[in-house]
Amino acid sequence: MTTTTAAPPPPVTARHTAAGRAPVRSVHRRWTEHGLVFVAPFLLLYAMFLLWPLVSGVGMSLTSENITGTGGEFVGLANYAEAVRDPDVWSSLWNTVWFTVLSTVPLVLVGLGLALLSHQLRVVQWLWRLSWFAPFLLPSGVVCLLFAQMIFPSGFGLADQTLAAAGLEPGIGWLSEERYAMLSIVATTVWWTVGFNFLLYLAALQAIPVHLHEAAELDGAGAWHRLLHITLPMLRRTTALVVVLQVLASLKIFDQVYIMTGGGPDESTRPILQYVYQQGFTGYRIGYASAVSYLFFALILIVSLVRPALSRRRAEEAAK
Amino acid sequence: MSGSATVKTPSVRPAATGAGGRRARWTGGRAALLVLALILAAAWLVPLAWAVATSLKPEAETTSTPLAWIGSRVTFDAYAKVWESGDLTRWMLNSVFTSLMTTVLTVLTCAMAAYGFTRTDFRGRRTLYGLVLAGIMVPPQVLIAPLFTEMVQLGLVDTYWGVILPQVAVPAMVFILVKFFEGVPRELEEAAFVDGAGRWRVFWTIVMPLSRPVLAAVAIFTFISTWNNFLWPFLVTTDPAGMTLPVGLVNVQSSFGVRYAQIMAALVIAGLPLLIVFMLFQRQIVRGIAHTGLAGQ
Repeated sequence: MTTTTAAPPPPVTARHTAAGRAPVRSVHRRWTEHGLVFVAPFLLLYAMFLLWPLVSGVGMSLTSENITGTGGEFVGLANYAEAVRDPDVWSSLWNTVWFTVLSTVPLVLVGLGLALLSHQLRVVQWLWRLSWFAPFLLPSGVVCLLFAQMIFPSGFGLADQTLAAAGLEPGIGWLSEERYAMLSIVATTVWWTVGFNFLLYLAALQAIPVHLHEAAELDGAGAWHRLLHITLPMLRRTTALVVVLQVLASLKIFDQVYIMTGGGPDESTRPILQYVYQQGFTGYRIGYASAVSYLFFALILIVSLVRPALSRRRAEEAAK
Repeated sequence: MSGSATVKTPSVRPAATGAGGRRARWTGGRAALLVLALILAAAWLVPLAWAVATSLKPEAETTSTPLAWIGSRVTFDAYAKVWESGDLTRWMLNSVFTSLMTTVLTVLTCAMAAYGFTRTDFRGRRTLYGLVLAGIMVPPQVLIAPLFTEMVQLGLVDTYWGVILPQVAVPAMVFILVKFFEGVPRELEEAAFVDGAGRWRVFWTIVMPLSRPVLAAVAIFTFISTWNNFLWPFLVTTDPAGMTLPVGLVNVQSSFGVRYAQIMAALVIAGLPLLIVFMLFQRQIVRGIAHTGLAGQ
């Protein structure tokens, strides 16, 4: 990418100001001269499919509407009151948070480790990218069916067979026993998505000026010392970014659980989005589902408050 | 993304052994790291290899123990059966069409909006841009209930547009493009204006070509995320004929019964297109993720 810095203050010419207010050169100004024309297509879609649902959802959450959006009565805050008292809301919210905690730690650390390895080696980069990043490009349906049907089944699944080959006791209910199900989903998620963090870290590592390491090495700093005192501190902003992105992504878990365990066993893995889906789409209580959605949204907004640092960094990256 | 595919063989050229981490001298530690990396790479490739291996076994041997990577014979029966059933082709085409349309529309509308916000002026511009930025905070997943109701009312359930349109207006993409456009020198446009070109023309003939790298990044990222999107297409399509690949696969896994070779053959077919795209465009995709990954989709 070209490294264009901010443009210098442009010469102020009449041409330069808004096309709408420029001196009229021709009497018939074309419609494409108005700035709003450029913004309009996006704004139309944005209003229809983001702003409007956001607003209408609030209205809906105050009613007893069914799935078609008809026949609802205004019930005030009753849905919210019910949601706060609903043990299923709390348990699925807890499952979501627990999954986020369990998945974020390995996803960040393994991503960092793989990036350090591949950056240090500087050979066969294509192989590292193919093995660690390529799974990220597979649809969740493919990944989850693969793990649910061929890796985790008891007995003939690859996980059990590997245990058996190693002389250990097979027959573990990877997805059917409560103590393993969430961990199996976490393992699948790490395998599937760690490549994304790997790439973000790799890009950051490659941006660290080589002369920092050279100078430290001349001063007699060993590899370990340089890792602790140069590389890791230089990665601090990337880590902040990766953690926030990862937490936000993990909170939205749905696919893996829905496909692999359906929320079971005994609803021990059911995340909040699946509860919203069950209430709204199979239970036909779209008003109640909306109310639960907004409680979930509140949780995400709280996490997003950590984002100012992130958007600064983003601006820098995007401007490169 | 420099430094990719650089040193292929242990290099002992004196010029390459300046101070710093650039040299590729094979010390014991480095060899140990390489072995570790190879083991990890193998660990990551095993599930994929297992899927391929299973798909090539005769159906009767897919669940046999003990562990066998290759069956008594290698057969493509499962692929033939999956292909004959026809659904997979249909879903593949649906996925290609909806993903391409979403990508084209996203790049077009977001680039136009970003240009409008950075280079033109009109009443309410700042307010509208603020509104768009605020949208970055809204995860589409929390809107499924009201969005679906809206789709019912618009009659878009089980249509391509029902899958495509809600995925198009991504505020984070506008933000990325605004930041890029702000860095494009205005002088380039000035000359064209003096020559009598209008905004539309300048946008198409100067700004868009100049922004090719960032547009490619946005396009690649949009394509990957729409191709892999599960939740929204899953909600908005009920008719199998209109399903995208990931949704269709999950929908029929029960109808495959216990035919594991066929399930794995279907997964291999479904996973292959993006893996091929990845191998062809590694560099661009990696760069794209490094840039738009920051959109945090």
